Amino acid sequence: MEQSVSSILDTYQRDPTQLMDILIDIQSEAGYISDQAIEQAALGLNISKADVEQTRSFYHFFSKKPRGKYSIYLNTSVVACMMGRDTVARTFEHETGIPFNSVTRDGLIGLFETSCIGMSDQEPAAIINDRIFPNLTPFRAKELIRDIKAGKTMDELIVEGFGDGQNSNKDIRAIINNNIRKIGPVLSPDYKPGKVIREILPKMTPGQVIDEVKNSNLRGRGGAGFPTGMKWELCRQTESSEKYIFCNADEGEPGTFKDRVILTERPKLLLEGMVIAAYATGASHGILYMRHEYKYLKKYLENLIQGAHKRKFLGKDIAGIKGFDFDIRIQLGAGSYVCGEESALIESAEGKRGEPRDRPPFPVEKGYLNQPTVVNNVETFCAAVKVLLNGGNWYRSFGTKDSTGTKVLSISGDCRNPGIYEVEWGFSVNDMCEMAGADDLQAVQVGGPSGSLIGPGDFDRILCYADLSTGGSLILFNHTRDLLQDVVLNFTSFFIDESCGSCSTCRIMPVLLRNKLNKILNARGMNSDIVDMVNWAKVLKASRCGLGQTAANPIVSSILNFKHLYDQRIRGGTHYDMGFDLNRAIQEAGTATGRFPLME
Amino acid sequence: MQKPVIATTSLAGCFGCHMSLLDIDERILELAELVEFDKSPFNDIKNFTRQCDIGLIEGGCCLDENVHVLEAFRKNCRILVAVGECAIMGGLPAMRNGIPIKECLDEAYLNGPTVRNTNEMKIMPNDDELPILLDRVYPCHEVVKIDFFLPGCPPNAELIWNALNALINNSEMDLPYEVFKYD
Repeated sequence: MEQSVSSILDTYQRDPTQLMDILIDIQSEAGYISDQAIEQAALGLNISKADVEQTRSFYHFFSKKPRGKYSIYLNTSVVACMMGRDTVARTFEHETGIPFNSVTRDGLIGLFETSCIGMSDQEPAAIINDRIFPNLTPFRAKELIRDIKAGKTMDELIVEGFGDGQNSNKDIRAIINNNIRKIGPVLSPDYKPGKVIREILPKMTPGQVIDEVKNSNLRGRGGAGFPTGMKWELCRQTESSEKYIFCNADEGEPGTFKDRVILTERPKLLLEGMVIAAYATGASHGILYMRHEYKYLKKYLENLIQGAHKRKFLGKDIAGIKGFDFDIRIQLGAGSYVCGEESALIESAEGKRGEPRDRPPFPVEKGYLNQPTVVNNVETFCAAVKVLLNGGNWYRSFGTKDSTGTKVLSISGDCRNPGIYEVEWGFSVNDMCEMAGADDLQAVQVGGPSGSLIGPGDFDRILCYADLSTGGSLILFNHTRDLLQDVVLNFTSFFIDESCGSCSTCRIMPVLLRNKLNKILNARGMNSDIVDMVNWAKVLKASRCGLGQTAANPIVSSILNFKHLYDQRIRGGTHYDMGFDLNRAIQEAGTATGRFPLME
Repeated sequence: MQKPVIATTSLAGCFGCHMSLLDIDERILELAELVEFDKSPFNDIKNFTRQCDIGLIEGGCCLDENVHVLEAFRKNCRILVAVGECAIMGGLPAMRNGIPIKECLDEAYLNGPTVRNTNEMKIMPNDDELPILLDRVYPCHEVVKIDFFLPGCPPNAELIWNALNALINNSEMDLPYEVFKYD
């Protein structure tokens, strides 16, 4: 191992800002990151052991102990649970003979849980040694464990055949399906890669590019909706010799998987968008930050980047424009939802813990390595290409006045056609449910856990920045679902797991809220618990980033829109109950002393 | 008018909060004029003799007996005040909360340096007369409803005095920064 750590360090020129890549390589080579490896990395990178240690401990896919020759990460997201994740989990446990979060004694198989892996349209899904196994059933789980025990290789584990489109590409070879249900002007296959770079950019000044994007009124597609043209302009105006373009492909919001499909089917569109942004802002380096769950796409994308270099879409003097140099590298994450927040993403790309920064300064002034940085969503870059190709006026002809253009939606849950839909802004929730083939719906989660849970009374609301803003995820629930137990509790636990722990509000309050929710679910709740939850949730607004600020949304929006579900479970009157159970509290001591007290 | 009745107790506490109340010095005479005491270590009344107006609770709950006493206080007092760190958050005793009970008991009775060689029969006290440990130390408000909280370890004598005055006279509490500033 000593030898290989040293050669991994050399691969990355012993650059401490590449610590993420270094740890990812060590983890994947050794199956874990030992204390000895940490020591060696610290020495080799000339940083403190604590610096390496804190990065290792932050990310879900890094581990201190071996995680098994075959590490199985089974998704725990709401949709996975709805589609039968629990029986699959029990089968894995039964067949391996170990509970989750442990490794078999022979070190062959490790069972672990993980947050949404971006496969909500084909759940339950698991990651086994960086490859995705969607649509799992108890039978398939049994088969997988049997084959692993029989000594089959990763390639031999795949018996389903590969998925549609580029999923069968020799560099991807994934079982995943794209499930593209509706294509609009941005995802349209009628697209010639490089046309904007070669034919349009040379005729435009960077200022004109920004004006055109501004004219289109394109806004950030990650969810926050910041005007893209303005972001580019602010970066352009900041004086610096080095500027960076980041593509945020850390799609971690449970229920969202559109970026995965774009990365698979329209990666050239994305790369072209990044080149345009580089031209507009004067940046010469691009980083595509991709979540670890999509590692299976890395080789494919790297080959495409190489190809773009060959065709002079990347590299020096792109499209013959003197002095326009730009290259792109891929940065993998290692399992952290909060890294989807742009400043946390930048921290992570610098090899640190993914903790959001205080703002200002904003990334457009001081971002990656303290240089001006533009961070945009995958879909935003794609839309920018079409804006330049067809003009801002054309783009504005789609959508509504404040929300121009289209949005790629990830729809999952209780419907006949889960998948991705590119639609103009301005469709109602009802329209989307109809398109997805859903009826008898009880609720829709718009925009993932940080969005809102709405009932049929709100289904005529419009998807746009002014009404129901969304990063693109809709999860549908029919009447068989227990919203509080299956949805709200799951989402709240998700936020607890994913908090970076920096702000005490976000570290503590969601735990207190979950305790309250559990109290209600255990039939010990009172009216005052609901009042408390609504009031206490306000504290979270003091958190530094969006994760903390929205961590109470599942609870608050379900109280707002589904109060009757809470009322059904709480005790009436003025009875006061803290949920304290004396019998339960003395069990442990009774067992320890060999004294089993009589129950009262 | 009948004098207000006060009850006090120390659960999993160190009696420091009671000592702090005594720190009001000669005003204790004034207090004795203003109120009557029912169940309290001050007068050694063991059981409630009547309904009280104010119950002062020192310490959190680490035993089943603490829970019974606290519940009796809730039943017999109109207003309950959690006095001090232990009552409010569990305090020092709650340091055991991260350690399994079995480990704590083993250390105390079997493996600790003072018992290792003396407890040859490996006896772990478990007489039915003994109170039994809870799985963790609970702050009072996780067991019963608490109406007011006085922070501090111990709370400043002035803070307790001002709070009692406010409760007795049904007036706004005098709360200068000095009386709850601890760092």
